[in-house]
Amino acid sequence: MTRYDTSDDSVVVIIGSGAGGATLANELCHKGFKVVLLEAGDRQSLQTFRNDEWFAFNQLAWLDKRTTSGTWRVAKDFPNLPAWTCKTVGGTTTHWAGASLRLQEHEFKAKGTYSNVTGANLLDWPITLAELAPYYARAEDKMGVTRTNDIPGLPGNNNFKVMYNGATRVGYKTVHTGRMAINSRPRDRRASCWQLGFCFQGCKSGAKWSTLYTEVPKAEATGKLDLRPGAQVLQIQHDAHGKATGVLYADRDGKHTVQKARIVCVACNSIESARLLLNSASSTFPHGLANSSGQVGRNYMRHTTGSVFGIFKHPVHMYRGTVMAGIITDEADHNPKRGFAGGFEFETISLGLPFAAAFLNPGAWGRDYTSILEQYPNMAGMWIVGEDMPQATNAVTLHPTIKDQFGLPIPNVHYDDHPNDIAMRNYAYKQGAAVYEAVGATRIIEVPPYPSTHNLGTCRMSERSADGVCNKWGQTHDVKNLFISDGSQFTTSAGENPTLTIVTLAIRQADHIAAESARQNL
Amino acid sequence: MGQLRLVHTKGFDVKIKRREFLRKSAMMVAGVSAAAATASVASLAAEWTAGLKTLNQHQAETLLRMTRQIYPHDRLGDAFYIKVVEDLDAEATAKPATARMLKAGVANLDRISGGKFADDPQPIQIVELKKIEHTPFFDKVRSTALVSLYNNKDVWKAFGYQGASYPFGGYVHHGFNDLNWLPEPPESASPKPA
Repeated sequence: MTRYDTSDDSVVVIIGSGAGGATLANELCHKGFKVVLLEAGDRQSLQTFRNDEWFAFNQLAWLDKRTTSGTWRVAKDFPNLPAWTCKTVGGTTTHWAGASLRLQEHEFKAKGTYSNVTGANLLDWPITLAELAPYYARAEDKMGVTRTNDIPGLPGNNNFKVMYNGATRVGYKTVHTGRMAINSRPRDRRASCWQLGFCFQGCKSGAKWSTLYTEVPKAEATGKLDLRPGAQVLQIQHDAHGKATGVLYADRDGKHTVQKARIVCVACNSIESARLLLNSASSTFPHGLANSSGQVGRNYMRHTTGSVFGIFKHPVHMYRGTVMAGIITDEADHNPKRGFAGGFEFETISLGLPFAAAFLNPGAWGRDYTSILEQYPNMAGMWIVGEDMPQATNAVTLHPTIKDQFGLPIPNVHYDDHPNDIAMRNYAYKQGAAVYEAVGATRIIEVPPYPSTHNLGTCRMSERSADGVCNKWGQTHDVKNLFISDGSQFTTSAGENPTLTIVTLAIRQADHIAAESARQNL
Repeated sequence: MGQLRLVHTKGFDVKIKRREFLRKSAMMVAGVSAAAATASVASLAAEWTAGLKTLNQHQAETLLRMTRQIYPHDRLGDAFYIKVVEDLDAEATAKPATARMLKAGVANLDRISGGKFADDPQPIQIVELKKIEHTPFFDKVRSTALVSLYNNKDVWKAFGYQGASYPFGGYVHHGFNDLNWLPEPPESASPKPA
């Protein structure tokens, strides 16, 4: 097992081993870089995963205390759990559903396309779909995305059959089992999908792409990776010239260590990435590292979401099989006639009975609610994932008084639904209900958003340094050897599940780091 | 739930003796007339509450009735709800603050009732619970019940949820696509399994 000295300032330190961090680590290791990958959580495996919703939640989720504010319903339902992300090797790729969609061309140009959306802090991405296309292709191949690279789609489960029939009866045209980073055939030494029904709980068959058993072991095999689980980074340090010099982290025993670095890459998911930069404030950077724009933590996005569940006269058993292998893409375009900017996808979703009880209407009690659960076997579900508007005041900030176990301020996550988000959600609820009613739903349940798994935008990329935190390579405008390597780079949220784009940006960032290093620019 | 919390999901390794009792009482409630069941459960109350460490019989009975109103399922016997009270008792035993909250909450429900909440007619119990639904006490009972009740494998059976599929190789050969009351999607939308 490779170990670098903490004083070795020739290493690249990457913070976070999820989609962005571990992909970047693997790419850099294969280019010969020495990489220290710091992960706050522990290392699990296919053997330690369990088909058990509560167990897996406690095993994988990031449960450190956070606070919430704003008008979003999550603040009421889950005041200390704004996000459902993971603290474990592999990060949230242990939990994600596998949906792998490219952003659409117009979604890179939200400001130009949507024009004046009042109250939205829209900006165009400093990159285009054409620039990203070759990297998307590499990511799809790496992840084994179905319906790309001649990989067949997944077989539809019962939940999909309900979606498909309902969708086509209301006139939707593009309905299929999706582009999923879940093997429909054995590939890359991983099995094909067992239809376990526990994609969110860590895939025990290994069919679903997760960095835990792809990027991480592949990077380890190069002999270039020093992975340190149980290492929570507290601060990024810099020198008098404003260059990052290393990171301070606490290990499982609370022991503090400084790891020197020539390059530091932040990939802690949008809440922790922003918090880490803010907690790294110094006399040189009084408002937080890489925050001369004041944009660190701002423009927090979480997608316009919600779910529609339908109850039918006959059994569905939605929990059997791949959770999200089902999509309706007809609403993904920007079509302002619907009364909102941007678009959304419908994707199948299911919850086991324990989480159905917890999430279908958080806090609800009494017979009206339990009569829904009584019909659990006859229930089908779909999730809405749509573009939400960036707002400067939707922000991750440091809590003024509450500290974590290391004595650092915890994050507060503030989110107000934008009128555009509300209009989109209400339209989607109506359309989702129509889909299920077309195949005989006897009852429709409009389910509010879950804690956010798609956390985006708190260190957004921008052409001008005044508008965002990093440039089109994820390199921060202020600190040349500091990179943002996760979804917090997103300039806007787009209406697509973000992981494929996070992986794509990480592959591209690795190429950039290698090229700039070769040119002695880094 | 007010907030998702770390939850100790014990309860599947309970002592055999207790399991037998619970099975007995579950069948009794499910299988006999309501009046007989009520009488039987009443006579069992002393037995099941005797095992509690912190809550007394009255407190336990009150919490049992309250839990049945929060997540009412006529198909489930009291045994499933008794487990909720046992979990509350376990937390009350470990945390004095929880014990104080539960005892005060029960006393408050009786005060609202003007008698014994547990003896009130069910529609009245709902009205009384509405008055306290935004209290930490109510949330404690509800959020504990949410996990104790719906994370119970015997409850899963009653609701047609099969749970873990890894032990039998996943649903791929166990009905993941067995729905037959709608037409099959074309292969272009839903390819055949490998």
